Amino acid sequence: MSENSLAIRKFSDLANPTRFLALADRVLPWFAVATALFFAAGLWLSFTTEGDYQQGETVRIMYVHVPAAWLSMMCYTVMAISALGTLVWRHPLADVSAKAAAPIGACFTFLALVTGSLWGKPMWGAWWVWDARLTSVFVLFLMYLGLIALNRAMDDPARSARVSAVLVLVGFVNIPIIKFSVEWWNTLHQPASVLRLDGPTIDPEFLWPLLIMAVGFTLLFFTLHIAAMRNEIWRRRVTSLRRQAVRNAGREAQAL
Amino acid sequence: MMSHAAYVFASYAVAAATVAGLVFWVIGDGRARQRELKELEAAGIRRRSAEASSGAGR
Repeated sequence: MSENSLAIRKFSDLANPTRFLALADRVLPWFAVATALFFAAGLWLSFTTEGDYQQGETVRIMYVHVPAAWLSMMCYTVMAISALGTLVWRHPLADVSAKAAAPIGACFTFLALVTGSLWGKPMWGAWWVWDARLTSVFVLFLMYLGLIALNRAMDDPARSARVSAVLVLVGFVNIPIIKFSVEWWNTLHQPASVLRLDGPTIDPEFLWPLLIMAVGFTLLFFTLHIAAMRNEIWRRRVTSLRRQAVRNAGREAQAL
Repeated sequence: MMSHAAYVFASYAVAAATVAGLVFWVIGDGRARQRELKELEAAGIRRRSAEASSGAGR
């Protein structure tokens, strides 16, 4: 029992926003430097490795398209875990995390859609087709926009947190649909060639730049997410301080 | 019909612009919020939980 409460106390210590701000200050420079290094190496490999014998130069689009698409799903998964944190544990930072992640996820999803379109035109002969993979990712993009709109529509974070968390969890059903859409339905989009149970089927010539770019994009996501969470905590402090100032002014006026 | 290199260039350009926009938005948002916090502190409004010494309420 006492061990349990000690563990809970440690967990809630981490959840303390002031402690989070101190931790963010410490880790952000390291994350930023690591992101820059991985992007430098990834971009170098992206343009020095050979083109594909069928796709030619356009295979290089993969090195931004695939990491952006992976991150669009990972970001939503981070939001879904945060939503659980809001609903189950009422973790004070969970809602901050979900809110900070939404615009970042929307940007990565937008990037996956645009680069996919720019790859689709030369390879498939079409900018866009309403196939299962493309449509489900487009739905993900719309969900991100909806969540951003909902978060901005409600002023009081205490009230919006639960509504937003429920919506995030309901929307999570789309993530396995996106992942398995290329297997469940007949799509123009190719099936998975990296994250497969029987190992990657992609040539190492393309796998290395892809993996390094994917690590770079993931580090970029966490750097931006931590920084955006810090901004959201600051934003909430500004709001509560302003409210406090108004209350103080009201009390002083009454005293007079 | 664009050449293949043009599609590759366009993809990387869109990626660079999106990432740069996101990074500058996050940095700018952070600076604006910090400025507001400093203004409030200068006006003598502090968090109740913050100690009298400055720095604790960062």
